[in-house]
Formats: sequence, C-alpha cells, structure tokens
Amino acid sequence: MSDDNPYGKDPTGTFFNRVQSFEIGTYPNTELVHFPKSCLHCEEPPCVPVCPTGASYKREEDGIVLVDYDKCIGCKYCSWACPYGARELDEHQKVMKKCTLCVDRIYDEALPEEERKPSCVLACPTNARLFGDVHDSESDVSVTIREEGGYQLMPEWGTKPANHYLPRRKTKIKIHEDELIRADNPLKKEGLKPKTVVDDQTLDDVTSW
Amino acid sequence: MHPAFSVIFLTTLIGAGQGLFLALFTAQSYASVGFVNIENPHQFYAYGSVIVLALLAGGLVASFFHLGHPERAWRSAARWRTSWLSREVIVLPGFMLIVFIYAAMHYFNWDPMIIVTQEPLQGQLSLYVGIIGALMSFALFICTAMIYACIKFLQEWHNPLTVINYILLGTASGFTLATAYSTFMAPNLVTLFGTWATIITLTAFISRTASLIRNSRIKYKSTLQTAIGVRHATIEQKSMGAMGGSYNTREYFHNAKMSVFKSMKWIFLTLVFLVPVILLTAGVKQENTGALISAFIIQYLGLIAERWFFFAQANHPQNLYYQTV
Repeated sequence: MSDDNPYGKDPTGTFFNRVQSFEIGTYPNTELVHFPKSCLHCEEPPCVPVCPTGASYKREEDGIVLVDYDKCIGCKYCSWACPYGARELDEHQKVMKKCTLCVDRIYDEALPEEERKPSCVLACPTNARLFGDVHDSESDVSVTIREEGGYQLMPEWGTKPANHYLPRRKTKIKIHEDELIRADNPLKKEGLKPKTVVDDQTLDDVTSW
Repeated sequence: MHPAFSVIFLTTLIGAGQGLFLALFTAQSYASVGFVNIENPHQFYAYGSVIVLALLAGGLVASFFHLGHPERAWRSAARWRTSWLSREVIVLPGFMLIVFIYAAMHYFNWDPMIIVTQEPLQGQLSLYVGIIGALMSFALFICTAMIYACIKFLQEWHNPLTVINYILLGTASGFTLATAYSTFMAPNLVTLFGTWATIITLTAFISRTASLIRNSRIKYKSTLQTAIGVRHATIEQKSMGAMGGSYNTREYFHNAKMSVFKSMKWIFLTLVFLVPVILLTAGVKQENTGALISAFIIQYLGLIAERWFFFAQANHPQNLYYQTV
C-alpha cells in the first residue's frame, strides 16, 4: 500500500476506503452527508471478466472480489471497467489494489469470533457499518437492508453491488396544530387555567389534622 | 479518461500496419484476377509486409509501456473467453506470424500454385495466406475497438461506431501509406491505392463525424443522485477523501485546458481527413512522391490527435465522486 508524502505538500497513496462529503441542498437548508466509499463486491462485477490474466476474480464461496497480486500485470483495464472507481493502481508495486473486505481477518480463527469482521466495521465508533451475509435472508444485514430501505449505488449499470447503503435516519416528530391546543381546555384558551390565588388561605392553614 | 501515449501509439501504429496489410492483399487479389499488373510482385509484397511488421512491432513495444509488470505480459493470453484485451493479446502476435509467413513466402519466392485455372485467374498459396491475414487484420481491429466499446458505462465508447471508426481510420492510414509506398515499388498501383485511400478516408470522416455528433448529445445515465443514492436536485461535493490527488484523479481526467480539448477535435478533423484527401488527390494526379509521403505523415499525426481526443472525451462515471478536493 503506497503512502507518499503523508505529512508533505501533496499526500497521495492507495486507498481501500475513502470517506467523502457531499452537501445536499442550498443554504440554509443544507445537510452534509459523509459518504464512505470502497469496493462494493458486486454480484455481477464488471471488473472481473475484462481482466486478461485472471488475476481479478470473484470467490465462489463468499463472493468477495479479489486481485491476485502475483498475476496482475498492471494494465489498469479492470479499473476502467469499474463504474465506482473502487480500484486503484499501487504506484510502487504497479498492481491493482482494492478493498479485500479484510479477507484475512474475517476467516482468522486465531481471532475471537466477534473480531472476525472487516477493520472498517470494527473501527466505526457509531456502528454505522454492518457486516454479514447478504445471501442469508435472516442475517442482521439482510433484515436491516430489507426493513430500513437499503439501496445500491448506480443501479443503472446492473452490477448488483452486495454492499448496500442505508438511508439516513432522523428522529422527527410531526406535531399537528390541533395538538398544540388542549382540545379539552374548558376556557378554550391556553394559559388561562383557573388558578388559586397565592395569598389566599388554603385548607392546610386553617385545619389541623 | 486520461489519454496514455502508450495506448495511443499502440492503436494508431497497429491500425496503420493492419491497413497496409489489407492494401497489399487488395493489390494481390486484384493482380490474381488480372485487374492490375505488378512488375516485381514478390519484392513489392515482401518489403510491404516488412513495413507492416515494423508497425505492428512498434505498437507492441508501445503497449508494454502501458503495463505495470511487462514481464508478466504473457499471462494476459489466459482469459480470452471473457476479455477483449486478452483476445487482442492473442490475435496481434498471431497476425504478426501470418504477416511474417506472407513476407517470407514472397521474399524467398516460394509460392506454389495450388489452384490452376485458366489465365488470368491465379491461385497461389500466398493468396490464401493473405486471406487468413486479412481476416486476422479485421479480427484485430474488432478486438482493439471492443476493448473500449464493451465498457457499457463509458457511454462515449459503448457504441458500434467505435468499432467502425477503428476499422476505417486504421485502414485509411494503411492505404495512404500504401499509396506513398507504391510510388517507390509499383508506380502503376499509385492510382489504385490513392483512390481507395481517398474513399476510405472520406467514409471514415462520415463515421467519425457521426460518433462526434452522437457523443455531443449523450445523456449520462449516472448522476450524483444515483452515485450516492440521495434524491435531491442540489448535491455538491465538499471533499473527495484525498488531498494530494490519487489514482482516481490521475487516471480518469485528461486535465487539459478546455480550449486544448476543444481545439483537438478541429485539429484531428483537419489532419486526418481534410489535408490528406487534398494531398492524396494532388499527389496521385501529379505523381508527387513528397505529397503522398506527407499525406501519410500528416494523417498519422492527425490520428494521434484523434486517439487523444477519443480517450479524453470519454467521461467515466467514477468522476462523479471526484469533483473537488
């Protein structure tokens, strides 16, 4: 993984995962969406069949799209064939690099089971990233995608990404106008409840129990 | 896309080589039925094929500069079932082999008659090798063009016109080269080659202009809305996740000034079509070798500009994610 001038003028390098920011709307009605972007491990990966050497492949058993760095000739053709720009050529090793879904972690039996997840999923402080089997309809990720409206990026190209994005969730309450006024207020006017006068005597002052 | 000179030289050099071979084969098939008479046919075909081989080899060398690991290039023949690039990698050396055999047969004057019919019909073995070569030349054009035309989200390329343009532009430059070459080796073929070169150049002008018109009206299927999946008319990128640029900003943007990009279109339209047609017409009429040689050189330089524009014009959907630092 190249990491050139990390503290210099023009830091550059190879990334598996970038977080980009997009501003939605016009001021003052704007929202900033932080958008994490990595390989989506498509079910129909357009980058795989174009590879002339077979270095780029999709694993039968779990559908992870990987690059065999020893076979890659660095022709960049697969990166042209990815509409998401998920693949990046390593400027020093001269082979194509991409997100591996931390394939070495997720099957590592030396790790405790709850840590057998991609590093980005473990690192996310708000648990915004979920990891699981999208082919298992009852897995957490499948249920979340199904029930919270998970969507795919650029569906127009038929790549069927396995990675889904969830729509942003906001906690909102809708208050209707009639809810602001107490319908059962006998005076029909808020704030004018019958109140006792503070100076008057109360029962507590005149009686003793 | 960022135009890489390795690929520009690869496609233009082999295109001219393939076209020149088609021109030589055209002459031979004309000669086989007695339409034309060539004085030293074997010498003419042999030296012509050597030029073809030189152009193909030049393209092959240029292509190696495109690779990160040229020493592993042999691996790229593996996936011919799915990859047009792999198919090109197989067809190009195969075509070179056929051209080499064709050249050697003519150079050593080993050309047995395999079909004997009445004069002037002739059926030498080299003619059949030539047929295979011509078919491989077309196959190579299709492979080269399909590398670009098969990527469906590069909408400027994903069109049959891409294949037609590669065939016509390569053949045009090959026939123009054949016209210039024949002034030295077979002066009575200058008119034949010159006429074909003009016709093919004009046909290529029509198809290339058609693709320019089509590309100027493209409606892109991907938008920022589909790219990040937010349905709002106003979305503006605020950061791309990399400050000093990355592979994604270097590989997919031509980074040329808009004025350069726009003028390149007029430069190539002039150099590939207008000037060569004038020089070919004048050169053939006045039998002017200088004009015909410059017709090829100018057309070839124009094709370099054409290929540059071809790559620069292609707008990759990933660019939606890289609009601001």
